[in-house]
Formats: sequence, structure tokens, C-alpha cells
Amino acid sequence: MLISAQDISRRYGAADLPFFALRPTSLEIEAGAFVAVVGASGSGKSTLMALLGLLDRPSSGRLLFEGRETTALRPDATARIRNRRIGFIFQQYHLLARMTVLRNVELPLVYAGESPRNRRRRAEAALESVGLTAKFHAMPANLSGGEQQRVAIARAIAADPVLLLADEPTGALDSTSGEGVLGLIEALNAQGRTVVMVTHDSGVAARARRVIRMRDGEIVSDGPADPETRHPERAAS
Amino acid sequence: MRPWDALHAAALALVENPVRTLLTLLGVIIGVACVVSMAAIGAGAQQRISEEIGAFGANVLVVNPGATRKDGVSSATGDQKSLTLADAEAIAGLATIAAAAASDFGKVQVVAKNRNWSTTVNGTNVRHFAIRQWTIGSGRAFSPEEEVSAAKVAVIGATAAEHLFGADDPIGQVVRILNTPFTVIGVMKPKGMAFGGQDQDDVVFVPIAAAAVRLIGGANTVNHDAVAYILASARSSDWMGYAVDDVTRLLRQRHDRGTRDDDFTVTTASSALAAQESSTRTVALLLGSVALFSLLVGGISIMNIMLVCVTERTPEIGLRLAIGARPRDVAFQFLLEATALSALGGLVGVILGSVAAVIVTRVLGWPVLVRPEMVAAALGLAAAFGVGFGWYPAWRASLLQPVDALRAR
Repeated sequence: MLISAQDISRRYGAADLPFFALRPTSLEIEAGAFVAVVGASGSGKSTLMALLGLLDRPSSGRLLFEGRETTALRPDATARIRNRRIGFIFQQYHLLARMTVLRNVELPLVYAGESPRNRRRRAEAALESVGLTAKFHAMPANLSGGEQQRVAIARAIAADPVLLLADEPTGALDSTSGEGVLGLIEALNAQGRTVVMVTHDSGVAARARRVIRMRDGEIVSDGPADPETRHPERAAS
Repeated sequence: MRPWDALHAAALALVENPVRTLLTLLGVIIGVACVVSMAAIGAGAQQRISEEIGAFGANVLVVNPGATRKDGVSSATGDQKSLTLADAEAIAGLATIAAAAASDFGKVQVVAKNRNWSTTVNGTNVRHFAIRQWTIGSGRAFSPEEEVSAAKVAVIGATAAEHLFGADDPIGQVVRILNTPFTVIGVMKPKGMAFGGQDQDDVVFVPIAAAAVRLIGGANTVNHDAVAYILASARSSDWMGYAVDDVTRLLRQRHDRGTRDDDFTVTTASSALAAQESSTRTVALLLGSVALFSLLVGGISIMNIMLVCVTERTPEIGLRLAIGARPRDVAFQFLLEATALSALGGLVGVILGSVAAVIVTRVLGWPVLVRPEMVAAALGLAAAFGVGFGWYPAWRASLLQPVDALRAR
């Protein structure tokens, strides 16, 4: 099992007046899965993703990543897991405007301590795999939204992680660019990477094989995607 | 993260907003430039003072006639010629004194063939040269017979020789001093400038007896034995204190001062120059404090800007943490940016400070010395301010939680 969450919750506010962004929740995600987490704004899906990606600590419960308990790990240890085992794709791309496309993609490898030659080779390979061969030295501001998201995907896979966490990856894109990005994510899953994708769009969620629906900080359903809506053309419409 | 990568990231961040970077640098630039130029001026003055002490002689003391008060009227120092040749002889006899020489001098016009030059004519004896460790460059000094017989011979300084004879050899030539012909028998080795920019080589020495009878002393109808000052050397520089006490005691006794104040002053080269050194140090300290405050303001402005940077770049910090940066990597990056800012400011400040020091040398004629260790200290100080003032913003950046930082707007 890649991820095993046992009664994890995320609580904010004072102890006597708590607010649960995520109520105690248990779930398991096996390696190679393609999971969509769906819900309205404030349903707790982004909180869940932050916990699964070790960007935040649960207020209670246990979270095992590749069988290793992570809730008590020191920040340096969780940083190492994020660096080597998890790739993030954000709705707003989060590219650094002052760096070229290549340098942006190299960034996780910089923190991995890779040699300049190695990280350049791996970053170029990642960019080639997302179809951006001609854009190595372009600045992010000169790229379209779809291209910027492809750069972000290249950055997410540069360190060859086992888990890809995508937070509304098509949320800022037009339907054509969004379709391209979804196709890329599907292809990466087909190569064996586990994908957990957060979206509010049921059509996009239907591209996953498993859909977790959330409401008010709780999982309300967890099961296979509706085969009727899995077709790309229908999802896009 | 490799150090070079951190440095590259810091450079990119600083270049991204050049105007802000430049404005932030200004405080440090001004501070370091002040530190460097003040230290250069201070070091230059210090070096010149020690050179002059060395040149004048660390064991030399000068006795000048002091200010006196008669019938309620005060005279200025040196107005009264209270010192005599006999005083000089008595001083020479003291156990702590190696040699003593009386001198009388005046500024007069000296003529050599078709050239003339206004210079200092100093009536003294050969012991004067020994006390000041001043040697003859060519020719010879006065003989004892010439000193006693008030012979019309002269030993001239290098500057006077140049103005009176140009490239010609002055030895054996005649100079007319107040219409009296004197034969040049020697030329002194160049001695250089004294403190205050006085050229020590612009001088003509004649036997003191000749000066007293034929030149300066001729006007003094009251006392032919009166001299302008007495130069003496202690047996060693360690004996200076005793020598000064002995001379003071002797002259008070000889001048029958009783309970009255001294009618002379005893000055050592180091005491005269120490006063100068003290005032130089005070000015350097004052300006140094201004420079330090300037650096402090520069450091605070760096901290302020770095705090703004941390706030502005919170999403970037979130991203870096998400993709694997450790909190200490984030802290190091911001600390490096602050240090790079202040070190860069320090570098520009060193250049500007050195240029300012050179301008001061040219325009005001002050001695200036830019020492490598001074430059290194200024740069180190600037970098230390960068680390000191960059620490807090860097620490704040490292405390950010990835999830909160990513959500920041």
C-alpha cells in the first residue's frame, strides 16, 4: 500500500471551539492508482491533499507513506520524502518567473543535491516527455497557460516520484489545454505512477479510476468512477 | 542544496528587482565608504606621525623660551629670548643628556650669483646635526675652529641648494646672507617634510657665533648670547622622562625662577606629535562612529527589505518547501541574499571610499593610506551586518509551513 491514512483529521481553532477542515478519515491508496478527490469549495479536499502530500500534519491519526509512519517525522525527513517520492502539480503552476523553464524543472533536483550535469539531463528528459523540447530556455511569462502547466508537470516528474498530487490541474486552463494536461496525467499514471487529483469538476474526476467525494470535511463516497462519464469527449463537454 | 546553487538563487533574486536592490545597498555603501575613507585618512596621518617621530629622533627634546609675565603684561611663547648659549652648555653637561646644541634662526633673503631665495638661516653647531641624525650629503660640516671664530661658512639644505644653484655643485660657491658673503662647505642629505608640511631641507646652516655676530644676533643689542631654542638628545629614548626633568630643574635653577612659572618649555618630539595624534584620533573616532551608525542604518534597511521579501515571496517559499527544500535551505537562501546584499554594498563602498580618500589626498594634501587589512575588515563588517540583520527574516521564512505558504497571496 502506498498510502494508508488511519483516522486522520485536521482541526483549527481553540480546543473548546474547534473547526474541522477534515474530520477523522481513513483511506488507503494502492500504488499505481488514479484517484480523483471531488467536492465543492470548503469540502476538505485540498486539506486532504495537503496531508497526503506531507505539506501539513494531521491533528490526529496516523499516516503511513510506503509503510512508514510520517506524522512524527522531523521537517527535514518529510522534506526528503516530498523531494524524492512525491511530485506536486498546482492549479496556478507556481513557476518561478525569474528562472528559465529548464531551471524551474531542475529545482527539485537542486534540493536533491544532483550534479548540474545530471539534473540538466533529467530536466531535459522531463520536458521532452511533456512535449516542450523547444522551450528549454523560455521564460515562464512567455508561455501559454497550458504550456506553463506542462512545465509544472515536468518539474513534478523530474525527480521520478512514485506519487503525483495534482490540485485542480486544469482549473486555470481552457478546455483544449485542459484536455492536453489530463492526457499527460493519464499517460503518467499508465506508466505506473500513482496519481491523486483534486478537482471540483465531476467531468475531470471521471477520468480517474477511483473517485472520492467529500462534503463538509468528510468522505461521503469512495468508489470506481462512473464508466458513463469516463470518455474524454464527454468529460470535456 | 549546493552552495553554488544557493548563491545563484540569491543572485537571481537580487537581480529581479534592481532598483530595490540598489536602494537597499545605499546604506551599506555609504557606511562602508565612510569607514574606508576615514580609516585611510586616519592611517595616513598615523603613519606620517610615526615617520616624523622617527625622522626627528625619538630621544630628541627641544627647549624653547616660554611665555613670561612682567608687570601684568603677558608675552607670547618665544617672544622673550630667555635661553642662552651658557644654558645649552649646562644642559650638555647633564648625565642624562648625550648632546645639546643652541640654535638661532631667522627668515632672510639669500643670494647666489643671479639667483635669490628666501629661506631659514639657522645658526648652530655640528652637534645639531648629530642630535637630529642628519648627515652631510656632500662636502663637510663646520670645524671647531670655524665655530669658535664665527667663520663665514655655510652648510645648506637640499631644497635651498636646488633653488640657489640648480644643477651646479654648491660646494665652494659663495652665498650672500644679509650682504655678508658665506662660502658653502657642505650640503645636507634630504630630510623631507616636517609635520605641518614644513620643508626641513629649505635651510642654510651657519656657525652660531657667525649668526650671532653677523646676522640674526646682530639685531639683538641686549643679549648677544641669547638663542632661539636649544636642541638636546637624551642618552636613550628610555631616559626621556628623566632628561626632561633634569633639564627643567637645571633651567629653573639657572634662571632663578623660585616659585614663579617656568620661562621656558621643554618639548619632546613624541609629546608634540602625540597632541597631533590625539586630535587626529578624536576626529577619526567621531567620523568612525558616524560611519558605524550609517552601517547600522544600512543593516536595518536590509532587514526591512528582507522581511518584505519574505512576505512577498511566501508562495515561492511554499513551492520550494513542497518540492523538497528543508527549512534550513530556505533560511540559508534568505540569509545568503542578505549577506550578498551587504557584501556587494561593502565592495562598492570600499571602491567609493578609496576614491574619496584619493580625492582627499589630491585636494587637501592630507596623507591617506588604504591598507588591505582595512579593506578586508570593512568588507567583513558589512558581511557581518548582513548576517546579523538577515538572520531574523531568514528565521521567519524557515518557520513557514508549506501548506500555509503555498496558499498565501
